[in-house]
Amino acid sequence: MSASTLSRSTAPSKQAPRGTGSRSKRGSSKRGSSKRGGSNRGGGFASKLTVNGLLIIGSAYMVVPVLWLVFASTKNAADLYGTSAYALGNFSLFENIANVANQDGGLFFRWLGNSVMYAGVGAVLGSLISVMAGYAFDKFQFRWKDSLFGFVLVGVLIPNTATVLPMYLLASLVGMTNTIWAVLIPVLCNPFGVYLARVYSASYVPAETLEAARMDGAGPIRSFFSLGLPMMMPGYITIALFQFVGVWNNFMLPLVMLQDQQLLPVSVGISIWQGYSVPQPEFTPMVITGSLLSIIPLLVAFIMLQRFWKSGLTAGSVK
Amino acid sequence: MATQALTTTVRRRGRALAGTGGRTAALFLVPFFAVFAIAMIAPVIYSLVLSFHSQQKSGLGFGEAKTVFVGLENYVQVFQSETFVEGIARLGLYCLIYIPCMVGGAVVFALLLDATVAKARKLFQLLVFLPHAVPGVIAALIWAYLYTPGISPLVQALQSGGIQINFLDAHLVLPSIVNIGVWEWTGYNVIILFTALQAVPREILEAARVDGAGEIRAAISIKFPLILPALSVIMLFTIIGTLQLFTEPSIISKATASVTSTWVPNLWAYDAAFIRHNLNQAAAASVIIAGLAAVLSLAVTRLSSRMNKS
Repeated sequence: MSASTLSRSTAPSKQAPRGTGSRSKRGSSKRGSSKRGGSNRGGGFASKLTVNGLLIIGSAYMVVPVLWLVFASTKNAADLYGTSAYALGNFSLFENIANVANQDGGLFFRWLGNSVMYAGVGAVLGSLISVMAGYAFDKFQFRWKDSLFGFVLVGVLIPNTATVLPMYLLASLVGMTNTIWAVLIPVLCNPFGVYLARVYSASYVPAETLEAARMDGAGPIRSFFSLGLPMMMPGYITIALFQFVGVWNNFMLPLVMLQDQQLLPVSVGISIWQGYSVPQPEFTPMVITGSLLSIIPLLVAFIMLQRFWKSGLTAGSVK
Repeated sequence: MATQALTTTVRRRGRALAGTGGRTAALFLVPFFAVFAIAMIAPVIYSLVLSFHSQQKSGLGFGEAKTVFVGLENYVQVFQSETFVEGIARLGLYCLIYIPCMVGGAVVFALLLDATVAKARKLFQLLVFLPHAVPGVIAALIWAYLYTPGISPLVQALQSGGIQINFLDAHLVLPSIVNIGVWEWTGYNVIILFTALQAVPREILEAARVDGAGEIRAAISIKFPLILPALSVIMLFTIIGTLQLFTEPSIISKATASVTSTWVPNLWAYDAAFIRHNLNQAAAASVIIAGLAAVLSLAVTRLSSRMNKS
């Protein structure tokens, strides 16, 4: 079933030269596209205009809403409703940021810090857990390996939202709701990360190297931490990046689990402010500015770590 | 095949040398399966248990509620609930609009990006991926404002063109929320498909060109069939993702009364648990959602493996 589609897609990575990492893969694809650029003929002016025109329209659709957010965050409440959307009006960005910072004694930055903490721990620790499991599935032999991996793949297919409510009920049985653990423990579980890690382990870590390490007397744990993990580092970073984004974007889990405003991540916090802004429009600029502030860290991370998310998308889904 | 050979050597030597067997493997697997048990297995089992029970108060409604086994009664009640069935129907309609728009858009954009005449591929890839760095809550908020008359430049522009549109009224709110999903996910899938396109052997395309096939013809009859496997994985994850629809409608519901508190099944379950305090019905609804995901993903994988064989 699903396992077949997923495992079929692992094929190409395994054919990739072992131990070379994603750098060489990217290099070859770049070469491929430049070769095509070289044999560029039959591309008339009209088709060039159509293709690039459509690309520009598509990208504009993606970018304009974010640009609107940037412009809107420079306006105070009166200008927001009064002036044209992309006009500058009175430049109130810093005033808005100050309002965001001062509301409830800096609660917003507390939320931002919580998000960084939840997503950071989820990414660093959760990915390590996934990478260890994926590595074991790839490199070790043990009983029920296939059925256990099947379990993991079923886990990939269970919608998170379907487990959130029962998890809340379980957490309330043991008195863990409204604590950071109620959010931190569930986000450590990333079955898709295990699947990706298995793919990375197969393509980055040659069995011969481990074999040699074993001959030299290194135990399996030592060879994982001193050989396997460093070789899989690009894969680890990719999984961590995706997990970071996943946790940062998580909404339903913290919404259900947490009542104490001091513990909320920024996504839930902002949605509470949005609720306030319905009867009190003066909250609107704060919602907008807060939204902008909360996406800047992720935008920066994505632009800086392009190499990793691209390789992650490739390993995950491309045949 | 290469891996198979690889694993057999490991197995052979693994038997000779200690250290790759069950005990070591367990050491590596226990952390994952511990969190997996807490975050996946336990909730699924617990919601199954809950969904077959009910809280019943004795006689006059005083005293402790008793937990009684009621078989499928909760499921019957959930399916008899008009709002739940409406929610399922709405989710179905959402899928019918969202999946063709998003996946179709992603395919077209990826093919355009792969066309020989396309410029600045890297920049376009980055721009198109931008929405994925925007959390669902924020995306829903941005669009909620872009739909709100008075703030929205979009509504304003349409008004000055003589078109009166309320994106948030009862008829349009579904496509408006579809648009948020399309905005969030198209770029992500463009990158996946574009990478798949880069793997299409250039010799095939060269041969087609020699045979006189134009760029569009090559895109439709050569490139598209070759990215079908990637497309089926995308379909799988899109369907699972769509069933989770919760964030966007719950944000939009604060901006308009058109989105009710039971608008989609996940909202219904949330409402059942926290507003109506019927945990057993909420559990039954969660089980139904998970079951729906299982059935649909099975159908997609069956269909795609049949397509790939033929």
